[in-house]
Amino acid sequence: MRDQDFFWDGVKAGKLLIQKCADCGALRQPPGAMCPHCQSLNTTSQESTGRGTVCAWIISKHPTIPDDNPRIVALIELKEGVRMISNLQGVDHTEIALGMPVEVFYADVNGATLPQFRPAGRA
Amino acid sequence: MSLPLNDTAIVGIGQTEFSKNSGRSELQLALEAGKAAIEDAGLSPAEIDGTVTFKLDPNDELDVMHHLGIRELRWSARTPGGGGGASATVQLAAAAVASGAANAVLIYRAFNERSGKRFGQPFGGYAGGPPEQDIHFSFGLDTPAKIYALWYQPYMARYGVTNEDLALYVVTARQHAATNPRAWYYKKPITVADHQNSRWIVEPVLRLLDCCQESDGGVALVVTSAERARDLRQPGVRVLAATQSHVNSSQEMFNYYREDLTVFDELPAISAQLWNQSGLGPKDIDIALLYENFSPIVFMALEGHGFCGKGEAKDFLRDGHIGLKGSLPVNTHGGLLGEGYIHGVNNLIEGVRQLRGTAANQIADAEHVLVSAARSAVILGKL
Repeated sequence: MRDQDFFWDGVKAGKLLIQKCADCGALRQPPGAMCPHCQSLNTTSQESTGRGTVCAWIISKHPTIPDDNPRIVALIELKEGVRMISNLQGVDHTEIALGMPVEVFYADVNGATLPQFRPAGRA
Repeated sequence: MSLPLNDTAIVGIGQTEFSKNSGRSELQLALEAGKAAIEDAGLSPAEIDGTVTFKLDPNDELDVMHHLGIRELRWSARTPGGGGGASATVQLAAAAVASGAANAVLIYRAFNERSGKRFGQPFGGYAGGPPEQDIHFSFGLDTPAKIYALWYQPYMARYGVTNEDLALYVVTARQHAATNPRAWYYKKPITVADHQNSRWIVEPVLRLLDCCQESDGGVALVVTSAERARDLRQPGVRVLAATQSHVNSSQEMFNYYREDLTVFDELPAISAQLWNQSGLGPKDIDIALLYENFSPIVFMALEGHGFCGKGEAKDFLRDGHIGLKGSLPVNTHGGLLGEGYIHGVNNLIEGVRQLRGTAANQIADAEHVLVSAARSAVILGKL
């Protein structure tokens, strides 16, 4: 998964990075080896504001490990205009509304640091 | 020799039983289905000179040909993706025949998808601990049900389709399965209450009864020229149109990066090709066999193919159009959630049976059958 390495390097450094074409500047998600707009192989990244809205969500039972606590998986549309998969924390599933503003934070999940999202402005 | 694509025909079908534990190898399932399809056509194995299967099929072409007594393969091809390519098998086989690359092509798909490696289990399995860091899997998005549910939700939210509305399809499909002796759910119809009482698999989108029936089994078909079909044992079924479409920004499973999350772009794209190739339109289709890994896709497919307008599938279903006596019977065999999940290729078999007049739930005078896997589709007709 080399094309995703920048993302996980960013997470380690506490940054939410979006892949960006170094030539035409187009953001791309999911990550890939070539710019789908100009076919450039020159790639950089841009730090996201970490703010976005909820496009969709589900309750993921047995996430990765059997009988692990359910996690809310969400599709987040970042302010920068790209979508990403993450989790929602700090909100009961009955309170989630599509379009709800959320913000990134970092948490340890099963021994790995992951970017997570929570309702905006509640930190 | 080269022919128009629609001068090709499906002349043989074969299958094993569909079960939860076949008790035999995947290769044996492929061979049983393949042998049955070749015999059904009235061909000898030596007359088969092409094969088509799925990218994901575990059965190697050379093993299949060796055991079936096929002497030489001049053509082999595999479909892209997963179930979305189910109907592309016929396009690839018909293209081979039409171009002269092969005279008679065996399509096969066989697996122990329930007793062996289940698609519904988490990717990477539970045993090995958390998988490698990945932008999807690392967040607990690790099964097809979860992956698809997350995509179906924006469509359902925009058009006010609730989980209970999904029962409009599921109850009908299970009715069809209940009178199909080949179906896993033969004689087991359900009510809306049964659907609503089934447990959440992916709350708040999919319940147990919204999910296809993971199955063990094998299916096979034989495609050759329409001219040859006239001399064979069974009434030939003409391939009136056969397409694939894969639209930019689409992913095999993670459909989260399309411009509009509520649109399955491939459906209008394959529809345009189907109508263009066949000269037919939605109103000319007598039966629609629609691939459904999970029930919401049927709603999107009815709209995407133009059987009703955007957001109108719920009302179309409620008005009873998709029943056996409706204006557009859908999944007359029970679909993948009623008959069994042989990756959508069993839908092609049902299409052939309807046109031969031998289906368990036969629709009288069916002339045009759509078999759509959303990323690939065929229209089948009489010879």
